[in-house]
Amino acid sequence: MRNENSSHQGGSFYQRDRSWHPPAFTPDYKTSVLRSPKYALLSLGNTLSEMTGPVFGHNMLGPLDNDLLLNYAQTGEPIGPRIIVHGQVLDEDARPVRGALVEFWQANAGGRYRHKKESYLAAIDPNFGGCGRTITDDEGRYWFRTIKPGPYPWPNGVNDWRPAHIHFSVFGHAFAQRLITQMYFEGDPMIWQCPIVMGIPSREAVERLVAALDREATLPMDTMAYKFDIVLRGRRSTLFENRMEGN
Amino acid sequence: MVQSFRRLKESASQTAGPYVHIGATPNFSGIEGVYPYDLGSQPLAPEVTGERIAVTGRIFDGSGTPIKDALIEIWQADAQGLYPGQGERRGEADPHFPGWFRQPVDGMTGVYRFETIKPGIVPYFDGRPMAPHITFWIVARGINIGLHTRLYFDDEEAANAADPILARIEHRVRVPTLIATHSGSDGMPTYTFNINLQGENETVFFDI
Repeated sequence: MRNENSSHQGGSFYQRDRSWHPPAFTPDYKTSVLRSPKYALLSLGNTLSEMTGPVFGHNMLGPLDNDLLLNYAQTGEPIGPRIIVHGQVLDEDARPVRGALVEFWQANAGGRYRHKKESYLAAIDPNFGGCGRTITDDEGRYWFRTIKPGPYPWPNGVNDWRPAHIHFSVFGHAFAQRLITQMYFEGDPMIWQCPIVMGIPSREAVERLVAALDREATLPMDTMAYKFDIVLRGRRSTLFENRMEGN
Repeated sequence: MVQSFRRLKESASQTAGPYVHIGATPNFSGIEGVYPYDLGSQPLAPEVTGERIAVTGRIFDGSGTPIKDALIEIWQADAQGLYPGQGERRGEADPHFPGWFRQPVDGMTGVYRFETIKPGIVPYFDGRPMAPHITFWIVARGINIGLHTRLYFDDEEAANAADPILARIEHRVRVPTLIATHSGSDGMPTYTFNINLQGENETVFFDI
């Protein structure tokens, strides 16, 4: 079938390392207190319901879907530092995940989201919507152009501020790989003070969410670049899996 | 020292946040004109085969308050029990049925609603039939990693009794948290599936 890594078809996915991901209950991020299950998760070996997933074709993409400088422009381009964000979607065996739908959303340069429930006093940018999407190519690569988002305050602690970040939503080849995460920017001191980031247990896991400034991809006199790779769950080869017909 | 596996670690999850709608359902959030429609929101094509049903409910936090900023995705088989996507090698699913839908809960009431078809039977990995079910994936502000659960149907009693997943739930009092109840009709058969994130009647969530 289209968009599949032929060498890895059919196997179940590596178990998710839940000591690497943030746990559900991270009380310094206050909203998690009442939104975290108290019971243990029930472990479910992969069945077809988890090993299959929706297909998204390139034909659903518009020409400006990965260009946030232009996809909401009304009277001109948005204000703020022009950046390219690019990288690869890989699995845990470092194989490219091709045909993966990647969606992203963010605040504008002043840290203001275009959302009716957002009331931060920083101004809306009339030329910036803040959403984009793309589908990875045969090498698992994606890229988009945008404005570097600003930090913004949020009602958690009395003086909490999110680091500059871009939200990412990624569809791999199976529903088991579904992932939402956030990308942060190299050198931002706010990263290490954020209760949402610090819900991640290890410093190493946080560092994997920090995009590096990419001087080689930076366009002179035009646009800075950041590189951000995303890793989805890997899957076993079928060599030693003795599954019944039908799965 | 021994040889290295050279494996990578999965990117750590982070919450979708309160503004997930900007990225996932921009037209719903008031950002119109970037995409022609919100992905996963399109009504079923008339050609889709199977029994039309609606699935509705709310998501409650540990205080019993409905959540008003969640996003739900569902993934399910077609009426014949075939998945219309990647990884399905048993046959060709209904070409008009997407199998995947995405909806925000209502910002005022917290109610979600999907119009879909009742899924057919899909085999467990040992070949035994699993009862008809819909996979749910829930993200929201305050949820650090997406929660997986399953909706089963209360009018599939025999199939549910034989379902290998439901059979593995040690605390039998928790089984009903996965069973949607049919509630007359709202123009079509409607099933109510409420989700409790925490506390009394906490829904069973899976590590898949």
